[in-house]
Amino acid sequence: MTHIQRVLDPTLAYRFACRVGMCGSCAMTVNGVARWTCRTHVDKVVKNDRMEIAPLRNLPVIRDLVTDMREFFDKWAKAKGQFSGRLTKNEDFQKVKPDSLERVAVDAGIECIGCAVCYSSCDVVSWNPDYLGPAALNRAWTLVKDERDSKKIERLRAVAGDAGCHSCHTHMSCTEHCPKQISPTAGIAGLKREVSLALFRKAL
Amino acid sequence: MNVKTQTILWIAQRASAAVLALCVTVHLATMVYAIRGGLSAAEILSRTKGNAGWLAFYTVFVLAVTVHAPIGLRSVVTEWFGWRGAARDVFLLGLAMLLAVMGMRAVLGVFL
Repeated sequence: MTHIQRVLDPTLAYRFACRVGMCGSCAMTVNGVARWTCRTHVDKVVKNDRMEIAPLRNLPVIRDLVTDMREFFDKWAKAKGQFSGRLTKNEDFQKVKPDSLERVAVDAGIECIGCAVCYSSCDVVSWNPDYLGPAALNRAWTLVKDERDSKKIERLRAVAGDAGCHSCHTHMSCTEHCPKQISPTAGIAGLKREVSLALFRKAL
Repeated sequence: MNVKTQTILWIAQRASAAVLALCVTVHLATMVYAIRGGLSAAEILSRTKGNAGWLAFYTVFVLAVTVHAPIGLRSVVTEWFGWRGAARDVFLLGLAMLLAVMGMRAVLGVFL
């Protein structure tokens, strides 16, 4: 990408920052598949000597390869992706056992860096523009399983129903393409279980 | 439609699918078994008429279809045709009632 911009076409707009797979800025569609361009070797993805680089799917294009990520991150907020603790600074730290079932579930999803590869790969997002998407639901899942958090029921309400976890078709495109090897599908399945349990307990 | 109702619909569709998996298996196996020796329609009717067991089985089958199909179609019409809102849900409720009436008519037709 940098070669194209510096040598072939200086007007090309694209987004990047770290170039080492830490920041999640450079996700694009390469030969039809969403991925980080910084961690993509051309010889691994080139087909018949051709390579097509396109902006991420399911997001509005601002210019060339730059997409507008607002909708993607607004949905994190809609899924109540903000941590809300119980303790104040006057109290001692809450102890969380690293090998507890809850914490193991959180660990499986916590490494998300918000690159939107999953969101771009998800067919349900393209069919249903209200769908919160894999990243926002994965974030909600890690908070639902966080024993320090106090907003579990509000969050389950935010992620239930037609715009939330119940619209997932379990195609697993998000899981297949996540560069961090996270399985948002597993988190979404967990949310479905938690929402059903809350409903049976008359808490929803 | 609120989130709670949407969640109930989702659970109802999964639960009815579990019932249907059993019903469809029994239905197909019975059909294959029953016509194996060349039973006539009249002979089949003589076995189903007045049989409370088959009445109960096919009533459960029809009710499971009534619950399952419209909820599935709700996702299909939303995702494929972009049809949302109350009109869609009223249409699907009508479809559910049509399935129930036609299905129960058939069930009673071979029972009475």
